[in-house]
Amino acid sequence: MRHTLAVLVENNPGVLARVAGLFSRRGFNIDSLAVGRTERPDVSRMTIVVEGDDRVLEQVTKQLHKLVDVIKINDITPDEYVDRELVLIKVNCEPARRGEIMQVADVFRARIVDLGRKTVTVECTGNEGKINAFEESLRPYGIKELVRTGKIAMLRGNRSTSLDGKKDDE
Amino acid sequence: MQMTAAQALIRCLELEGVEVIFGYPGGAILPVYDALCQSGNIKHVLVRHEQGAVHAADAYARATGRVGVVMATSGPGATNLVTGIANAYMDSIPLVLVTGQVPTSQVGTDAFQEVDITGITMPITKHNYLVKDAKRLPAIIKNAFHIASTGRPGPVLVDLPKDVAAETIDFDYPKTVKLRGYKPTYSGHRTKILEAADLMMKAERPVIYAGGGILNSGATAELMDLAEVLSAPVTNTFMGLSGFPGDHPLFLGMLGLHGTRYANLAVTHCDLLIALGARFDDRVTGKISSFAPGATVIHVDIDPAEIGKNVRVHVPIVGDVRQVLRGILAHLKKKDRSGWLEQIRQWKEQYPLTYVRDGRFKPQAVIEKLSRHTRGEAVVATDVGQHQMWVAQFFRFKHPGTLISSGGLGAMGFGLPAAVGAQIGLPDRLVILVTGDGSLQMTMQELATAVDQKLPIKIFVLNNSGLGMVRQLQELYCDRRYMATRFKFVPDFALLAKAYGLAGHTVKSEEELDRLLPGVLSSPETVIVNCLVDPEENVSPIVPAGHGIDQAIDC
Ligand SMILES: Cc1ncc(C[n+]2csc(CCOP(=O)(O)OP(=O)(O)O)c2C)c(N)n1
Repeated sequence: MRHTLAVLVENNPGVLARVAGLFSRRGFNIDSLAVGRTERPDVSRMTIVVEGDDRVLEQVTKQLHKLVDVIKINDITPDEYVDRELVLIKVNCEPARRGEIMQVADVFRARIVDLGRKTVTVECTGNEGKINAFEESLRPYGIKELVRTGKIAMLRGNRSTSLDGKKDDE
Repeated sequence: MQMTAAQALIRCLELEGVEVIFGYPGGAILPVYDALCQSGNIKHVLVRHEQGAVHAADAYARATGRVGVVMATSGPGATNLVTGIANAYMDSIPLVLVTGQVPTSQVGTDAFQEVDITGITMPITKHNYLVKDAKRLPAIIKNAFHIASTGRPGPVLVDLPKDVAAETIDFDYPKTVKLRGYKPTYSGHRTKILEAADLMMKAERPVIYAGGGILNSGATAELMDLAEVLSAPVTNTFMGLSGFPGDHPLFLGMLGLHGTRYANLAVTHCDLLIALGARFDDRVTGKISSFAPGATVIHVDIDPAEIGKNVRVHVPIVGDVRQVLRGILAHLKKKDRSGWLEQIRQWKEQYPLTYVRDGRFKPQAVIEKLSRHTRGEAVVATDVGQHQMWVAQFFRFKHPGTLISSGGLGAMGFGLPAAVGAQIGLPDRLVILVTGDGSLQMTMQELATAVDQKLPIKIFVLNNSGLGMVRQLQELYCDRRYMATRFKFVPDFALLAKAYGLAGHTVKSEEELDRLLPGVLSSPETVIVNCLVDPEENVSPIVPAGHGIDQAIDC
């Protein structure tokens, strides 16, 4: 089963290396890891998607907690949350077929962000399923280059996994 | 007060009550040694190899319960620490290590004697720091001591670039630590404590399985109370040895790979396993599915990640073993268990821990004699190999913390520097080193440190002219194809003693040893006793690889 973890860490140099090193050393499988700053300059947030059964997940969480720079971990998998990922895709495209690509992009509310002589670059945001579907729709045209950010996620409603927030706050 | 960061570092160490630093100087740590020289309040022990410094500080910490402090220079000085750091990490020993680093402007340029020691030690330290801002140094040192010594103890490394060390700062030592990501749990969960006490009262065949956490939390008195109130037998892991008196009727000795058969049988047949500050290591459990198969498991540990890591636990209790045991003891009543204890007595009688006395000079006899002559009143450091297991099996420990040995890492070369550190920490105690001819040759250079420091360590080399433990494995698992386990040349350790100005003896029989021992043990000098023991002797019993611990064979 795949789990989505919201992990708050000290914004210290080396913290990403500590987390990544822990996962590789202990043989945990990361699907994706996205990291960036938060509402507080001293705290960064990692959204980690990890594959494993309950026992693996318990170990992942406990081992992460042992890192001094890890402040708070929430497994939000069973909760209601919004998740988003951003993808940039460069597709092969002769100028004559641009219209077709634009139509596909429209369906996914994606945007053309750059045009080359023989390529189009599109940007799309959404949850993982949508991004997968978008990718598949463009595949027949020939994908030259693709980059995904990995997912970020946030609980819905008043509840929050921020530093002072409570997961079960209503 | 204005001072350089290097001076501030020394001031911090003084305020932490540090009395001794084990170290080795070099270019990148020059400012720190200069500050150390100017302060003059802390003793510095100059070792002969940085590995020796960590092992010595590690043993000092084990012997005294204080934080061991190490200093080394950048590059090769830092990399020489690595084995020792991993050793302290595996055995949960509190250390603070300060390494010099090349100046900040050169960090990342492959400068002369630059290594990324924080990167290298990330998986073997509890935490580490690269100091980039001199003003942060006092807080970092405060944190380092706090992290090293609290919760599950471990090594913390502070890497200090040379230019940062030379910067002037306004010194102020923080009174408290601010670490929002680090809050160890000490008191166990109340309902779990009650649940555990209830199970303990109801169990018919309980066994207490006690590890190094007993010693780290100072819970030996509570362990004794628990065993006696419950009339429950106690087995120690290797790390837990000396946490329960070796001559107590409820003591089962060590369990696991080279454990006593009765400890392994008791664990296999128990209905309640009380795991205290132990981590179900593979050397303890053997084939995991056959380990205590019918038992309900209570696991008390300060490190939540150890609970449920290797085996399923029914009552997990995260907390300091001592505090948790106190909580549990309040709910217990004296329990009689004559049936179970009678069964154990029979096992002890049927499968005693013993060895074949065939007239040859047996290594086990050396340990038995040391145990008898010292009446357990010694601190015993060991190296790694057969001799280490014979100490575990045949030395009857009396006082907590008197076995000093590399458990989790099993690092040959630990012994001599460890004996140095232990004797420095406990100047008035008898410190014995039991080592092998292989292990001793790994860190033999620290003899000079022992001489420098005038340490009256008694060194017993169980000399079998080779790597006995591996030879035994080859006998067992490789059809006696002995490969690279016999030395063609072994130095004469008694003559070696002379080279260092020490007393050295070679003994070839039990009788010779008997004559020599009283004089050696009461000598105020460092002494090497080179015991030419039976090179064919094996550690027995042994649980063959892949088997349950009740399947031990004689060897
Ligand atoms: C640094 C290191 N290298 C290799 C080993 C593997 N090893 C374990 S025991 C052993 C032999 C130890 O020989 P010695 O010190 O003479 O002790 P003995 O087993 O003969 O008592 C070896 C090579 C180890 N534990 N540590």
